[in-house]
Amino acid sequence: MRNEKTTEEVALGIRRRVFEHAMRNNGGYLSQACSAAEQLAWLYNEELKLGEPTLPAIPEPFGGVPSVDNPDYHTGAGYNGPAAPEYDRLFIAPAHYALVAYATLIETGRMAPEGLEMFNKDGSSVEMIGAEHSPGMEVHNGTLGIGLSTAAGLAYGRKRKGEPGRTWVFMSDGEVQEGQTWEAVQACAFHGIDTLYAVMDVNDQQCDGAMSSVMEVGDIRTKFRNFGAHCVEVDGHDLTAIRDAAAEAHEGRPLIILARTSPFHTMPILEERFPRLHYVRFKSEDERARFNTSIAEDLGVEPIDYAH
Amino acid sequence: MVEMVSRPYASAFEEFAAGNPEILCMSADLTSSCEIDGFRDRHPDQFISMGMAEQNMMSFAGGLGLAGFRPFIHTFGVFMYRRPYDQLMASIAYPRRKVRLMGFLPGVTTPGGMTHQSIEDISVMRSIPNMSILETGDATEVESICEAADSIDGPVWCRVLRGSVPRLFDTPIKVGEMRVLSEGDDILVVTSGITTEEAMRARSALSRAGLSIRHIHLHTIKPFDHKQLLDHIGSVKHGVVTLENHVTEGGIGSLVAETMADAGVGKRLVRLGLKDTYAHGGSRPYLMRYYGLDALALVGGIEDLIGQQFGISEDDLDSARVEDVHSLVKAEAL
Repeated sequence: MRNEKTTEEVALGIRRRVFEHAMRNNGGYLSQACSAAEQLAWLYNEELKLGEPTLPAIPEPFGGVPSVDNPDYHTGAGYNGPAAPEYDRLFIAPAHYALVAYATLIETGRMAPEGLEMFNKDGSSVEMIGAEHSPGMEVHNGTLGIGLSTAAGLAYGRKRKGEPGRTWVFMSDGEVQEGQTWEAVQACAFHGIDTLYAVMDVNDQQCDGAMSSVMEVGDIRTKFRNFGAHCVEVDGHDLTAIRDAAAEAHEGRPLIILARTSPFHTMPILEERFPRLHYVRFKSEDERARFNTSIAEDLGVEPIDYAH
Repeated sequence: MVEMVSRPYASAFEEFAAGNPEILCMSADLTSSCEIDGFRDRHPDQFISMGMAEQNMMSFAGGLGLAGFRPFIHTFGVFMYRRPYDQLMASIAYPRRKVRLMGFLPGVTTPGGMTHQSIEDISVMRSIPNMSILETGDATEVESICEAADSIDGPVWCRVLRGSVPRLFDTPIKVGEMRVLSEGDDILVVTSGITTEEAMRARSALSRAGLSIRHIHLHTIKPFDHKQLLDHIGSVKHGVVTLENHVTEGGIGSLVAETMADAGVGKRLVRLGLKDTYAHGGSRPYLMRYYGLDALALVGGIEDLIGQQFGISEDDLDSARVEDVHSLVKAEAL
């Protein structure tokens, strides 16, 4: 399945949808759309080999958690197509990017726009922190640092079974503060898991603020290399650079693409809120109106009529 | 004298797993300590060394489960739920992965002290949705734990005995059932794991004291047949004594208490085990005596319940290991 839009158009569409949602709801995960739109647009629009969605375009309500008494339970992975051997799989390791990921599903024709209207509504499967039953999700990743390990296990298992499909993880840079990330990389190197791919949104931000003010992590490219990954660092807003990075040979090692990004990219007014960018909630009607006007102009749309 | 079986898990796991492409053997640097070194050497293609990195191991196993495998994770029980509890929840329990958690050194079966003794694992596992719990009490149960665990559609926590293990039973674990070891009508004694052997040691002395003991051994702790337990409780005059190699909060003592309370049973219950305390390092007999987990402690619990002293001393209890392997009431209940 290939979208007819260019990846640049998809990235712009993602930002417009997240912007509209944030204005209507008086806040949202805006900076994640700024930093990650190119990466998610590129994954879904170009890089991932995915089948047609197997779940309805308008998401079904929450259908219960996995249980022996819930035989009809299914994850939200069907929005990425079937889990067939030849297809790629994608985990969104920082489930806090769910709003951006849902917008990506819409822009690439995998979910109806109505899906975003259900975001964070009671009884909806389109949850604020992506759950494994949320559209496009296959595992729980809201606890940061577990995504790469789970993907490593899946990639190892699929390789063992001779499946040609790759296993991809979209990661966030804050996850390098978790020891489990490094446990996962050393295990991948030790077991030669080279069907595992990660693209990490390195926007230098975490919940408390700039990463350098919360916990210094040093040169993560060198650290990834020392732990045994093939690691490439690129401008995360430069699609050509991302494409070239994904093509690098990495036999016997996982490929980790560090996408260096700006949390204000395309929405410079967001810098006013630095360093608290994780979730931007407007502090006044005046601020909300100024952001509306400024970002609308940046994204080439009319200001959002959020009064209705 | 009771038969002692050396390293029953080693041969049982190899016999069960070897050649089954869906079963993978995972280890976190405790391969010989969990008796899978022979399997590693003879079946390296099915063995995955995960190093001393349990958080990654748990999520990695979840990923293998997602890929259609049934991983058997081997390490000391404590290392599978204390440090990587978050991973156990999110990567294994919630999505109901068919991961078999083989936890060695349950309770005071190790001189390793607090860091090595899993004394609250049953309490933790009972409160995790989707988790099943099995516990081995003899060599036959150790030999059948792999097949029993692998029959369960979801994650399974197993308390596994290692080293020299007595053979008390001659039928394998049947998931969901309980063993009826004696059918008396005065007191119901409920045990699991290594405390079952202790209760069997006390049996003849209690019988000489004129007490008729009904003794139940639990190998399946979750799911649990509450109705059958209530039937046994209804068959005794005085009440119930539980004895467990675990803290008395959240383990089988709590399980019995909850069952009785839910059904409105008005009989007395004495719960024996670690009483809101950590243990320290020492030999198993020493620790079982010190913390009140042995046959003598059971006699004391029964005296407390009845309100009567029987004058039973250590000399009156059957020697170190039980002899009456086949003294069970009903062959089919073995």
